[in-house]
Amino acid sequence: MKLVKQLLLFIGAGLLPSLALADDLNGANTAWILTSTALVLMMTLPGLSLFYGGLVRVKNVLSVLMQCFAIACVASLLWMIVGYTMAFTDGGSLNSWIGGLSNVFLAGVQEETLSGDIPESVFVMFQMTFAIITPALMVGAFAERMKFSAMLIFSAIWLLVVYVPVTHWVWGGGWLAEMGLLDFAGGTVVHITAGVGALVAAIVLGNRNGYGKTPMPPHNLTMTVTGAGMLWVGWFGFNAGSALAANGDAGMAMLVTHISAACGSLAWMTIEWIRHGKPSVLGIVTGMVAGLGTITPASGFVGPGGAVIIGFTAGIVCYFMTAWIKNGLKIDDSLDVFPVHGVGGILGTFLAGIFASTELGVFSGQGFADGIATMGEQVGVQLVGIVATFAYTAIISYVLLKVIDAVIGLRVDKETETEGLDLREHDERGYII
Amino acid sequence: MKLVTAIIKPFKLDDVREALAEVGIQGLTVEEVKGFGRQKGHTELYRGAEYIIDFVPKVKLQVAVSDDQVDSVIDAIINSANTNKIGDGKIFVADLERVVRIRTGELDDAAL
Repeated sequence: MKLVKQLLLFIGAGLLPSLALADDLNGANTAWILTSTALVLMMTLPGLSLFYGGLVRVKNVLSVLMQCFAIACVASLLWMIVGYTMAFTDGGSLNSWIGGLSNVFLAGVQEETLSGDIPESVFVMFQMTFAIITPALMVGAFAERMKFSAMLIFSAIWLLVVYVPVTHWVWGGGWLAEMGLLDFAGGTVVHITAGVGALVAAIVLGNRNGYGKTPMPPHNLTMTVTGAGMLWVGWFGFNAGSALAANGDAGMAMLVTHISAACGSLAWMTIEWIRHGKPSVLGIVTGMVAGLGTITPASGFVGPGGAVIIGFTAGIVCYFMTAWIKNGLKIDDSLDVFPVHGVGGILGTFLAGIFASTELGVFSGQGFADGIATMGEQVGVQLVGIVATFAYTAIISYVLLKVIDAVIGLRVDKETETEGLDLREHDERGYII
Repeated sequence: MKLVTAIIKPFKLDDVREALAEVGIQGLTVEEVKGFGRQKGHTELYRGAEYIIDFVPKVKLQVAVSDDQVDSVIDAIINSANTNKIGDGKIFVADLERVVRIRTGELDDAAL
């Protein structure tokens, strides 16, 4: 495919200008990315919101919905002002680390400007939906106890100092891109950053009052399963949209995404069935999220066979990590953001380096990154990406949280926590029945 | 007169109501309640977090009866509510001093 495309480009440039593929708007690709953008926005609003909303106690349901919604608004504005330009434009001498400021306030993004063969406006918007869901994922870690004001400031600054640089490293031509890191749809950019940021936030904020002593069961699993279903569907836009074209790459990405979700679900369900005697509904949908998060970095690089292994591995590893974080380390990552998304992102980024190989028979993928010849080399690059993203996110998130804590305080007072964030932070309640 | 109070498993309510009708009981009061006896509660498990739920859902029914009906009512409840498993419930019998039918002002046995 690549060779054919290059050949056509060559011919087009030399003999037939009308065939110059990359310079003309492609309507089919544009239509698919417009669709994908809507699907990814649906992942946060309403998918993630309902998923998380059902998992908290009745007194905090609105606070979680509000946090997801407010983050969507703030992230959109910040992405428009500086996020996009610092993630995706050329940073000149600093380009390995951060993009430039040539598109501040989306200056220069017009109807006719293109990104590849789709309108730049569509690319900006598609990437904006990623910038929305990433900080929104972290809401699950500090649910039921973080001040709304502190949450807004943390999410906004975190987006600019963690998400934007890492996006540039991986997708904007930064140093990890140059090394050949495989991250098709955001295993590193979205899931590792959100997962690690979530873990650090849970540790810095501390556990909810009564954690481990008072029951804190989900208040509405029906809502959670509804949101989970929307996440599954929305993930097609997330992963298949990341092909940035309506082509075979997108089709394969959608197929492996779906297979991995199914396998992750079955793995988690089966473990619970064996260990606890019953297959739980929350278990099967959590396995689904694990399967989706884990296939994300690998989705454009692996085949259906690889997706089966990635999905089952995701369900198993994320299940045991969840138990370990909760019951072993006693960290109140309230809605299990790190063990599901962070660990999924790490696992998927690692496994992409293996199952991208074309030499694994029925489990083969589409091949390693350009210039990388062996599995060892590719896995090495993947590990560098994982460690660097993990360390950078952890350090910056920690410093940011500590500074915000010192200035305005991160956590609501005990009375507010007991009474619930809905009434005390927003003067509303979720249900008046 | 006696007030018979029975705590039973919710799914047995229809059986008990039919059994009581067969022994001539014309009215009873039912409430959904929660509680525990020797059965204790049950465990709920959410992503590896265990919650012990102490209070199990039950149905409490109350029926006011004349003294000569007490034994047949108790037998009817026992026969219809018994599953031979833990948590089948209990029957409490208490003296009833006075019964008044609000519409007519009838008293005691006439008001039952």
